[in-house]
Amino acid sequence: MKFLSHTLENGLEIVAECNGEAYSTALGFFVRTGSRDETEAVAGVSHFLEHMAFKGTATRGADDVNREFDEIGAHYNAYTSEEHTVFYAAVLPEYADRAVELLADLLRPALRVEDFETEKQVILEEIHMYEDAPPFGADDKCKAAYFGDHPLAGSVLGTAQSITRLDPEAMREYFLRRYRPGNVVLAGAGQIDFDALVAASQRVAGDWEPAPTQRAHREARPRNGFTALRKESASQQYAVAIGPGPSVQDDDRFAAKLLATILGDDSGSRLYWELIEPGLAEQASLSHSEYEDAGAMMTYLCCDPESAADNLRRVRDLLVQAETDGITAEELQQAKNKVSSRVVLSSERPRGRLFTVGNDWLGRREYRSVQDDLDTVTALTVDQVNAVCARYPLSRRTIVTIGPKANVVVGE
Amino acid sequence: MTAEFDGQPGQGGSVSETIFSHMYSNGLVLVAEPMRSVQSAAFTFLVPAGCANEPANRGGLSGFLCEMALRGAGSRDNRQLILDLDNLGVERAEAVYDSHTGFGGVTVAESLFPTLAIYADILRRPHLPDEHLEASRLIMLQELQAVEDEPAQKAMIELRRRHYPPPWGRPSLGDRTAVEETTLGDIQAHFAQNYRAEGTILGVAGRFDWDALKEKIGELLGDWPAGSAAALPKIGNGALPGHLPHDSQQTQIGIAYPNVPYRDDAYFESWAAVGVLSGGMSARLFTEVRERRGLCYAIYAVCHSLRERGGVFCYAGTSADRAQETLDVTLAELVRLREGIEPHELDRLKARMKSTLIMQQESTSSRSTSIARDWHHLGRVRTLDEVGRRIDALTCQSVNTYLEANPPRGFTVVTLGPRPLEVPVEVS
Repeated sequence: MKFLSHTLENGLEIVAECNGEAYSTALGFFVRTGSRDETEAVAGVSHFLEHMAFKGTATRGADDVNREFDEIGAHYNAYTSEEHTVFYAAVLPEYADRAVELLADLLRPALRVEDFETEKQVILEEIHMYEDAPPFGADDKCKAAYFGDHPLAGSVLGTAQSITRLDPEAMREYFLRRYRPGNVVLAGAGQIDFDALVAASQRVAGDWEPAPTQRAHREARPRNGFTALRKESASQQYAVAIGPGPSVQDDDRFAAKLLATILGDDSGSRLYWELIEPGLAEQASLSHSEYEDAGAMMTYLCCDPESAADNLRRVRDLLVQAETDGITAEELQQAKNKVSSRVVLSSERPRGRLFTVGNDWLGRREYRSVQDDLDTVTALTVDQVNAVCARYPLSRRTIVTIGPKANVVVGE
Repeated sequence: MTAEFDGQPGQGGSVSETIFSHMYSNGLVLVAEPMRSVQSAAFTFLVPAGCANEPANRGGLSGFLCEMALRGAGSRDNRQLILDLDNLGVERAEAVYDSHTGFGGVTVAESLFPTLAIYADILRRPHLPDEHLEASRLIMLQELQAVEDEPAQKAMIELRRRHYPPPWGRPSLGDRTAVEETTLGDIQAHFAQNYRAEGTILGVAGRFDWDALKEKIGELLGDWPAGSAAALPKIGNGALPGHLPHDSQQTQIGIAYPNVPYRDDAYFESWAAVGVLSGGMSARLFTEVRERRGLCYAIYAVCHSLRERGGVFCYAGTSADRAQETLDVTLAELVRLREGIEPHELDRLKARMKSTLIMQQESTSSRSTSIARDWHHLGRVRTLDEVGRRIDALTCQSVNTYLEANPPRGFTVVTLGPRPLEVPVEVS
């Protein structure tokens, strides 16, 4: 297992964890752009652009892109988040060069007007799909309420309104501003010939024109609040809550992940014993998300509407108790065992490692091996986890609940 | 009585060819595939307690029993059981299928044996504690209620119920009345009848020593009583109408048609035909319905197989006002399949499958599930190498000959949304 990196003259960085034992090669272009880089007028453009990338270049038609990926048997896709847009493929090693070429072409899309209008319908369908399914937009609403005027407040998908009024010119302008080589990392994991990877990158992306890109960072000023939204047609009541947590730069993030595992993992956690095991809720979880200048501890609850208020009180009491009394050594050990096992299991496949390697580099320009992560997890102490719990009070949260009951009253 | 048919290690090659198998004297089957360069081991128990085995008025009983079985077993109470599995780092998953309950998990290789010992308790010595009956019932009811909010899932559950003759398409979650009326006695009886060695298949894949594994399973489960299968219940179809009214923006469309089962000689041809429809983003459905027309975000078709029969299940979700067009275009694509497939389509499918097969060797949990299911369907396991050879042998002519004899027809259509759609008479 070897980590190698290289920067092209135009600023595009190439990083790879090369594993001679792997059967496959996973490659991905990680673009440092997402919903946080959008103005309100173009809300959703990053994600829409990700779709348009698959519609061909100046020399390649929309059908050709998918056909050529399928010809090399690639398992490929893309996703957009608040901070990143990632285009990736897992292929057999002999097709690595071809995959780099096809992926690189995604980042130089033609953005044809007729494709834009057709794909707009697909995006609107995606928005409708999420609006029709749990938690019926409560996650976006909670994020917006919690982050307020911070760039992380925006929805990744945008809204039906913002997408409908978006025009191709605005997308082109956004593309030219964000898709610059200095704002892109090509990451790889698995069976990789690094010199060949660099050579292929130079060939396909060496002439991308550099230009400075910026991202506004701001300290998040989290808000507390409670909103109950009515959705009569829903059968269950849902609640999403966001509170503060360590950012991607913050060493506390490991302790935060263990804390989330102890309190809100889907098996054997405090929320599990309090709500799931007795059958009081269908889902109850706590997870940690990290961004460049903020972090978030997110609680999710799905339960019978009649017991929603009571369950929310139970969640709140459980979080307050964790802040007051801290966690136990036995709980920490259990969480370490779980998390360590997951680190090992998720890194067995190159496509699992790809995202860790790419995100670590994008977030901190840092490479961490599986062993580095295991060592850090193993060394954490009860005091460190409790300190994080004190630094980021779990009970200070923005809560949005949605479902048939509008009058969910939790009280103090 | 000992039936020995230990598999032969293969001669090497690009994909794994080594499958070990052993049938214990009580009928329990162990199938295992060693995988190089992995740190993990995965296991899949298929226990012969599926939805089809549930009494007519006890839909959901297998899931109810599975929930109860995890609430304490052997020397461990419910808390200790979960705690010990967590400490062993087991990522576990349970699922109820038509003819089995699946208990699966994956963990680092060193933890495999202690984990299997806990599962031997779960399968043989669950406490099925009376004091946990109501909590388990609440969980079952919560799940049923949550599905009401998942339109795509709800439509596909109903499609399956209508496509397969009863009791084969029964939903694993059961129904509210059955779950409300289930007693501890029902659960105990279902356990006594169906958690048994004969008919149980254990698949293991990853890093392990075969001889030690065979011996360990012998110790843990070798004296598990064989038991015997009960006759399948006689039940009515119980299907809902073809359109389910739902207050939503989108309409969910589910289409099913008969397909040969996995064990059929022509399965690979039928699989290739569905691959041309839906394998990869250059496949016909994605291209015609989404890419060219922008009618939907999600669309797919997959082969599904029971032991004796199969089906192709197709899904599309789209705004209510474009649902009719989506249904029409999708059905037209299914019907067009009768005209045959093109060489370039098959070539792409083969390329995709080749990489899928090789990449499967990087996932212990997908292999443990595959080999256990293979045994259920075939009474043996197809190695990845054999699957590769079968796919290499496919030709356009063989697929088209199959399609001539078995054109997509006899469609079952289920829609869920604000308004019903018109299903053309000639295809329904």
